[in-house]
Amino acid sequence: MKYLYYPGCSLKSTGRAYEESILAVFKTLAISLEEIDDWNCCGATAYMAVDECKAFAIAARNLALAEKQFKDEPEVHIVAPCSACFMVLLKTIHYMNTHKEIGQNIRKVLSEAGLKFENRVKIRHPLDVLVNDYGMDNLMRAIKNPLKGLRAASYYGCQTVRPFESFDSNRNPMTMDKIVQALGGQPVDWSLKTRCCGASLTGTIPEVGLRLSYIILHEAQQHHADVVVTACPLCQFNLECYQKKMTSAFGHKIDIPVMFFSQLLGKALGIPESDLGVKRLFVKPSKIHSGQGGKRVYV
Amino acid sequence: MSNNNKTPRIGFYVCHCGHNIASVVDVAAVAEYVKTMPGVVISREYKYMCSDPGQELIQSDIKEHNLNRIVVASCSPLLHEHTFRNALEKGGLNPFYFHMVNIRENVSWVHTDKDAATDKAKDLARAAIQRVWFHKPLEKKSVPVNPDVLIVGGGIAGIHAALTIANAGKKVFLVEREATIGGHMAMFDKTFPTLDCAACILTPKMSAVKSHPNITLWTYSEVEKVEGYVGNYKVTVKHKPRYIVEDLCVGCMDCIDKCVFKEAKFSDEFNQGLGKRKPVYIPFPQATPQVVLVDPDTCLYLKTGKCKQTCVEACDRKAFDFQQKEKFQEIEVGTIILSTGFQPFDAKRLPEYGYGKYPNVYTSLEVERLVNASGPTGGEVVTRDGNHPKTVGIIHCVGSRDEKTNRWCSRVCCMYSLKLAHLIKEHTHAEVYNFYIDMRTPGKGYEEFYDKLLNEGVHFIRGRVAEVTDWTLSQAEAGKLIIRVEDTLIGAVRRIPVDMVVLAVGLEPHHDAQDVRRLFNISCSSEGFFLERHPKLAPVNTFTDGIFIAGGCQGPRDIPDTVAQAGAAAAEALALINAGHVELEPNTAYIREEDCSGCKSCLPLCPYTAITFDESKKKAVINEALCKGCGTCVAACPSGSIVQNLFEDEEIFSEIDGLLKFDFSCCKPMEVNHA
Repeated sequence: MKYLYYPGCSLKSTGRAYEESILAVFKTLAISLEEIDDWNCCGATAYMAVDECKAFAIAARNLALAEKQFKDEPEVHIVAPCSACFMVLLKTIHYMNTHKEIGQNIRKVLSEAGLKFENRVKIRHPLDVLVNDYGMDNLMRAIKNPLKGLRAASYYGCQTVRPFESFDSNRNPMTMDKIVQALGGQPVDWSLKTRCCGASLTGTIPEVGLRLSYIILHEAQQHHADVVVTACPLCQFNLECYQKKMTSAFGHKIDIPVMFFSQLLGKALGIPESDLGVKRLFVKPSKIHSGQGGKRVYV
Repeated sequence: MSNNNKTPRIGFYVCHCGHNIASVVDVAAVAEYVKTMPGVVISREYKYMCSDPGQELIQSDIKEHNLNRIVVASCSPLLHEHTFRNALEKGGLNPFYFHMVNIRENVSWVHTDKDAATDKAKDLARAAIQRVWFHKPLEKKSVPVNPDVLIVGGGIAGIHAALTIANAGKKVFLVEREATIGGHMAMFDKTFPTLDCAACILTPKMSAVKSHPNITLWTYSEVEKVEGYVGNYKVTVKHKPRYIVEDLCVGCMDCIDKCVFKEAKFSDEFNQGLGKRKPVYIPFPQATPQVVLVDPDTCLYLKTGKCKQTCVEACDRKAFDFQQKEKFQEIEVGTIILSTGFQPFDAKRLPEYGYGKYPNVYTSLEVERLVNASGPTGGEVVTRDGNHPKTVGIIHCVGSRDEKTNRWCSRVCCMYSLKLAHLIKEHTHAEVYNFYIDMRTPGKGYEEFYDKLLNEGVHFIRGRVAEVTDWTLSQAEAGKLIIRVEDTLIGAVRRIPVDMVVLAVGLEPHHDAQDVRRLFNISCSSEGFFLERHPKLAPVNTFTDGIFIAGGCQGPRDIPDTVAQAGAAAAEALALINAGHVELEPNTAYIREEDCSGCKSCLPLCPYTAITFDESKKKAVINEALCKGCGTCVAACPSGSIVQNLFEDEEIFSEIDGLLKFDFSCCKPMEVNHA
């Protein structure tokens, strides 16, 4: 199956490591991924708060472009790795389909631009594609460099499985944990998988945002995680970049690598680190030791 | 009366129903209008046709004016068709020379335009007059009722119904799927709101069942097949092998002591897995019958064929029989009571509450066993990690009032949560928190019990709990389970650290309720509980005559309600038995054999499995006792060979004719064949 790729703004800027590793993993697994031509920003949560209808319209433009690009496919599968993009695109389709008036308005706006939305689009998360389409058995067969003993705390963030339960439980998601297991690691059983990292509050009300990020990392350390793996560029940014500030603000040392699941998966698939954006990380994964005996399981 | 068929002499009566009809429909105009119609001899209006004088009016008119057809325009036939048919019978007329027009529910209650409503009432009356021309005399068939009763499910509902019927001198077969009767009630410690000991009030009834000469108790047995109809059911019961000859075992339990497994190591179902049992075991000390059983999944001999069989040696009554196989037995009964109960909601379906993940999260049924003196800890409340809890949180509505799982209120959880709060406090002196959405305590002495708990210092926090987590924020929370909840009374999110969490799981239909439903040919409501015939007026009846329901299989209910319902079901069964026979409505379908082509189209369509196929004649046969007169086969028959009494073609077509146009041409006296 061919997939269309919707990177969104983050994967071209702060989340470049995510894009690099996703593309490398998909290439290695021979999953065809084709970027949508002339895509635009999904609007994220910011635009949605200003004008919902316009926000839906700009998100819907991407859907229409995707259908145009795959005009002969009965179903167009868009892979959206950023959880904000993923959620906004799902939300747009949901609103267009369940609220007739919104659907009509947006279709009208799209037609002004010579576009149309035929409802052929399926929004897919890369975790969903890897686990449910590519399949766990195939994935396990492809592992060349198992990360034995690595204790990884899967952190899904708030938007991947909420409010839309499109591929995993919104109360106890397990897809990323399954991938951790497939690559030889030990998934950490913890309860903050979907708790908010603070998102944009880290920039607007830092004392609140910082505390929310701290709670997550502190809890991961309490569960003896070697690494926090995530599927969201903003979560990764918030959790990774402020660890020194958290340490001084809350008096408890926070020092733990925060990586994209695709980086760890790429590593286990035998992809060179240089293709996985590992050098872009602030907290270097070379610090990862397994809990028992201090044996280095990464690098 | 010889002139009944050929020259109709119709009496028409329109009822005011007080103001119910007369305030919207001009009843005098309707009576006046009908008076002119062919065949109508008398047309009257009257204030209450259903009253005694109203009925007597019909009777005297029949005699005085030699009437042979009656039409009443009043309320729904569901209410009073029976009343008026009886009046005809008393007046000496076959009760099926009657037709009823509903001008209340169908006209006056749903219209405001008086002229239009009166016109509609006239139309409906006209249709009825034309229809009744073609009515034929019908006889109600009577079938005898077998006085024996089958009761399925030996919980408190089945036990109570069985004893009621047996005490009335009738024979009962009580079939229970598990190895003992007692159901869920046997697992409880105390019962709300009186706090009397569940075992103390239940076990005397259990032994009464066992020793009652009129009760045949079959445990570890299931109903396999049900055939027949009201008064005459033929039921096949499957006896599962317990590898013990029931008549020989006296329950001395020597075999259990001598089992090759020195330690009990298998999960004990009766104690919700909190205790251990051996492969040969008795579910609990007061199990009825007092007979051990062997679990084939854990018994070494039954699994591998190799074992010293020290249990067999220990039994001086030679009760062991490892060759036992399933046995099938056929019985005949007249009525059936289903009291198959409920199953508790599986708390694992709500992963946010951590059941199965955190060892100190319990279900309410587990806690019933924990606080029970005969439970796995001898009544000591000790958590799975060996500690005595100092703080306990009870979470209400787990799998109840929840759009994601079960939407209904399980009715008993508020009260049993209060009871458990009291018992836990009594056993441990712990601080107990109840997390509730609404406290629902409607019942005799229930609200007072809630008051009592408030005075005992149990904490009540209003809000649906978001999650139970081991995510701690401070040293004080370390090692505890945190209950996170929005306290909707103070409007804040709270974190309550506790040592033990109790999930007040709701009640839901058994996982195989649909199979049981099909077996007995009854219906389920949308949530999967067995459906009663009428929610208010026939709460223990089903749509299948002679089959009654009682207890948790019909919907969540507590013990007092269950017992009341079981008594009601027993009374319904006894009423049928006492009458000795049942009258079957004659509006059944029959097959005109000469026209039946034997195509079998009708066979799979009958929802009551009333149609069979006579292989020798190659014709379909309808069992009148089973037929409910739904008409499905009549409409489907390609050769038109199925006829339904009271709904014959000429009756329906002339009614339609009458409704559509003012045309009496079809009302010419005509020869009707009354074979």
